[in-house]
Amino acid sequence: MSVAESQPGPAGASAAPPARPPAARVENLSKVYGSGDTRVVALDDVTLDLHAGEFTAIMGRSGSGKSTLMHCAAGLDAATSGHVYLGDVDLTTLKERRLTELRRDRIGFVFQAFNLVPTLTAEENIVLPLAIAGRKPDQAWFDEVVDTVGLRTRLGHRPGELSGGQQQRVACARALVGRPDVVFADEPTGNLDSASGAEVLGFLRRSVDTHGQTVVMVTHDPGAASWTDRVVFLADGHVVGELREPTPEAVLDRMARLAESEA
Amino acid sequence: MLRATLRGILAHKVRLLLSGVAVVLGVAFVAGSYVFTDTLDRAFTGLTSGAVGDVIVRPGSADESGGGGGPLGAAAVRTVPEDLVTTLAGVPGAARADGRVTTFGTFVVDRQGKLVGGGGPPGIGVSYSSGPAANGTPSATLVSGRFPAAAGEIVLDATSAQRSGWRIGDTVPLLTAGAQPRIEATLVGTAEFGGSSLVGASVVMFDARQAQQLFLDGGTGWSTVWVTAAAGTTQDQLLRSVLAVLPEGFRADTGDATSARAATRIDEALSFVTTFLLVFAGVALTVGAFLIVNTFSILVAQRSRELALLRAIGASRRQVARSVLVEAGIVGFVGSALGVGLGVLLAIGIRAVFGRVGLDLGSTPLVLEGRTIVVALAVGVLVTVVSAYLPARRAGRVPPVAAMRDDAVLAEGGLRWRVAVGALLLLAGVVGIVGGLLGWGSEPTYVLGVGTFGVLVGTALLSPVLGRPVLGVLGALYRRAFGAVGRMAAQNARRNPRRTGATASALMIGVSLVTLMSVLGASAKASLDKSLAEDIVADYVVSSVVGQGFSAAITDAVEKVPGVEEVVRVRGARLEVAGDREFATGVDPAGVVRVARPDVTAGSLETLRDGDVALSTSQAADLGLTVGDAVTTTFAGAKVEGRVVATYEPDAVLQSDVTLTLGTFDELGVPPTDRTAFVVAQPGTDRPALKRALDATVADLPLVGVADQAEFAAEQRKPIDQLLFIVYALLGLAVVIAVLGIVNTLALSVVERVREIGLLRAVGLSRRQLRTMLRLESVAIAVLGAVLGVVLGLVFAVALQRSLADDGIDVLSVPWSQLVGFVALAAVVGVLAAVWPGRRAARLDVLRAIATE
Repeated sequence: MSVAESQPGPAGASAAPPARPPAARVENLSKVYGSGDTRVVALDDVTLDLHAGEFTAIMGRSGSGKSTLMHCAAGLDAATSGHVYLGDVDLTTLKERRLTELRRDRIGFVFQAFNLVPTLTAEENIVLPLAIAGRKPDQAWFDEVVDTVGLRTRLGHRPGELSGGQQQRVACARALVGRPDVVFADEPTGNLDSASGAEVLGFLRRSVDTHGQTVVMVTHDPGAASWTDRVVFLADGHVVGELREPTPEAVLDRMARLAESEA
Repeated sequence: MLRATLRGILAHKVRLLLSGVAVVLGVAFVAGSYVFTDTLDRAFTGLTSGAVGDVIVRPGSADESGGGGGPLGAAAVRTVPEDLVTTLAGVPGAARADGRVTTFGTFVVDRQGKLVGGGGPPGIGVSYSSGPAANGTPSATLVSGRFPAAAGEIVLDATSAQRSGWRIGDTVPLLTAGAQPRIEATLVGTAEFGGSSLVGASVVMFDARQAQQLFLDGGTGWSTVWVTAAAGTTQDQLLRSVLAVLPEGFRADTGDATSARAATRIDEALSFVTTFLLVFAGVALTVGAFLIVNTFSILVAQRSRELALLRAIGASRRQVARSVLVEAGIVGFVGSALGVGLGVLLAIGIRAVFGRVGLDLGSTPLVLEGRTIVVALAVGVLVTVVSAYLPARRAGRVPPVAAMRDDAVLAEGGLRWRVAVGALLLLAGVVGIVGGLLGWGSEPTYVLGVGTFGVLVGTALLSPVLGRPVLGVLGALYRRAFGAVGRMAAQNARRNPRRTGATASALMIGVSLVTLMSVLGASAKASLDKSLAEDIVADYVVSSVVGQGFSAAITDAVEKVPGVEEVVRVRGARLEVAGDREFATGVDPAGVVRVARPDVTAGSLETLRDGDVALSTSQAADLGLTVGDAVTTTFAGAKVEGRVVATYEPDAVLQSDVTLTLGTFDELGVPPTDRTAFVVAQPGTDRPALKRALDATVADLPLVGVADQAEFAAEQRKPIDQLLFIVYALLGLAVVIAVLGIVNTLALSVVERVREIGLLRAVGLSRRQLRTMLRLESVAIAVLGAVLGVVLGLVFAVALQRSLADDGIDVLSVPWSQLVGFVALAAVVGVLAAVWPGRRAARLDVLRAIATE
């Protein structure tokens, strides 16, 4: 399976929303920072299903609450009220230790920058969550992931010896190698040039298409959003709309209209 | 620029806190050393000030060099006759003259039957006299009760009275070095003698007649006469009139001159103590300097963007560098000021440590001289600023463009320069040590000290390279035992080799010195055991538990115990031999060869007659004397002539450089007190029964003990253990600072790795695993420091032992289990050092950590 031959188009090849139960779900989720004069409502009673086997983008302007939504859904931040489900586990009821184990075993992460531990090689970074848990990776799956992201010859290198695009590909491999329930990606292409960005988006897309991986990505780039199956728009802590099978133009158009209605 | 610096300090106060603490502790040590020795000085000076008259007359000759007699010297059995006292009272300018008896070796037994004081400070016995001390001050001031008025009445110094538990009216047992080893007397009063404290000494005041009976064979003479000046007469004027009438065989001195001489001797002795303590303060400051260098290096690295911004908006290199130096100066000043305060507390601690080995300062108030404050502040600020100099220069070299870059990191230069300089220093240090041991220059000790310092700093500079194999082994262990967490911990310990090296080196210094002392101590003890086993043939040894002479009557009593074949007594005194003041041993030459195996190098000890001397080989060489040469020996004005009949190597029995016969001691008028008595059992005697009989003989004399060979060896080892105790306690502070250094480095590393830690937590590293990771890194640093220190300390110890082989430490004994214990202890210390940084890291907010721009 080479990168070139199965590159899907930006419009995606997915059909109608799958009938499977949601991989993750937030219910009446609110998040409030500070109190009194400095009180900021980041999320206000948000309810959202994140479908299994689907590539979802969360979009919105700075301060719209999109990152907060992802952080809460991924168990990195605690909700002020409401519920967050991963499968049928309610994250809001978990203690810190169980939550850490859940992130380790059932969630994959790709951050915008600083994704890798600088003292570890690419290979050690990829298997890090498994190693932390004291588990061995499934060798066949590991090989497949590594070959998919094209890092076979780079496994022994430290992050400092890799380009930005290669580092993000290592991060993707790390997120995928544990077969998590959901991969959360926070502006994964934010620091990359367009070619490297397209590669990273291509891997995420293909993991959804060929392995049924659930991927949730926060982005403000309409081009990146157009690789997904579904775009959820956030403004002022509310879900204000969504788009299926988005194209860059459709996303741009919707963003422009949202900006107008706010103005 | 100054404002920016001040803001910087406030912004980084937590990060600067620990290097500030290092300054505080180092300076506290310096200040504490001075405060302690100044306090000692005052205590001793107070002790002598009330112990002299305006003019003091005692047996001796006018040409006798320095010292002699005096309040702290040996007491003479030769006396000043009563009629001379009358003559002295009549000289022009004299108000009165009072004969006095002064003696050493008089101790109080407390209610529990134990000795009061002892273990160094003397037990002084004096006679009561109504006459005043020099310059009209009273020689004793009553605290309660009255002065002794008849035989059988005594006054004790107030401290000893309180410590013994005896009250006025009680019958107090006393031990004396006179003809009656144990007497009893009624306590009729308590008094203060001299200044505020007796520095652990005790004073028993007797009625004058009884003192003469006890200590001067019942004659009517006196140890000394204090002549008191009439109003308007100076001490010098009085001295001239006294000298005009003074017959041959006596000498006179003014009280002020005697006090001054005593003060000089005290200063000499105390300057040794000051140097001793300041060496340890220096060690602590050196360790602190490592911590400061490290802190400022890390801070500069972390603030490189901020510094670049300053450069970008127009600050010159010099200004940036200076801002870092000013910051260091302020930290140094504040730390030093606090250090002076802490130093006073530390002096109390040092006082307690020394108190445990007998140097009791009691209630003497602590002395804080202006000099102490000035020196401590100067040293603290200087060490901090000098330590921050290299980091400051690096700060100046941050390019302005770094402000624009996201990943502004100060490149860690190659290790080439550092390795070259380190190797050079190490080499120079080794040369210095070898030179010092071979006795180069006029002050080989300094050459040795500087060489040791060079080796320590050279090794510290090389530690990033030297540490690789140690960290490699630890890393392999960690990976096997702790998996991914262990792997990351090992990598973290290696990612900043300089930082790890500097942190470990701080611990290395303390550990190397502890190792050196422990190996030397073990070797000294092993050498002592060997020499005792080789030198002493006697079955039992009777000796004083306070290391002072005891009454000859005790030896006489031991001689009469059934089953005792022979007793050989050994005496000691400070005499002048061939014009050189030396501690001399007095023995029965025929007996000594039956209880010991002296190592005679020339001549024969058996031919030692009264008046003759035997010299140690080195003393004979120093004096240019060989067997057969004539030699004169003097003591307190008395003189004997004789020849050198033998030379020998000093050993456990003949410890001093000069040996004479007991007859010579008597002829010179040395007080008849024994230092040691060696007992040979009759063949076939029931040993346990004999030992019980011997113990019973001295049962009510807690001043002396009877020991078999093993017990005697154990007693002799005790001072070595006490010295080790003091040295360990003093090195402890350097180790504490080094541990703070580990805490500091870890804490700063946590700050630096916030994002990495956040990432690890996000992908599932638990708090416990995070703490384990930091703990393992901390243990790696600590163990590295300990391993380097133990290796270095071993090398130092072997070198020193070899050079001291001729001075009695001829056995090398390495306490391996102790050395392994040091490394294990370091690991535990590493675990403790990681507690606080680990807690901080675990508390980091994952989101904030990964969101850091």
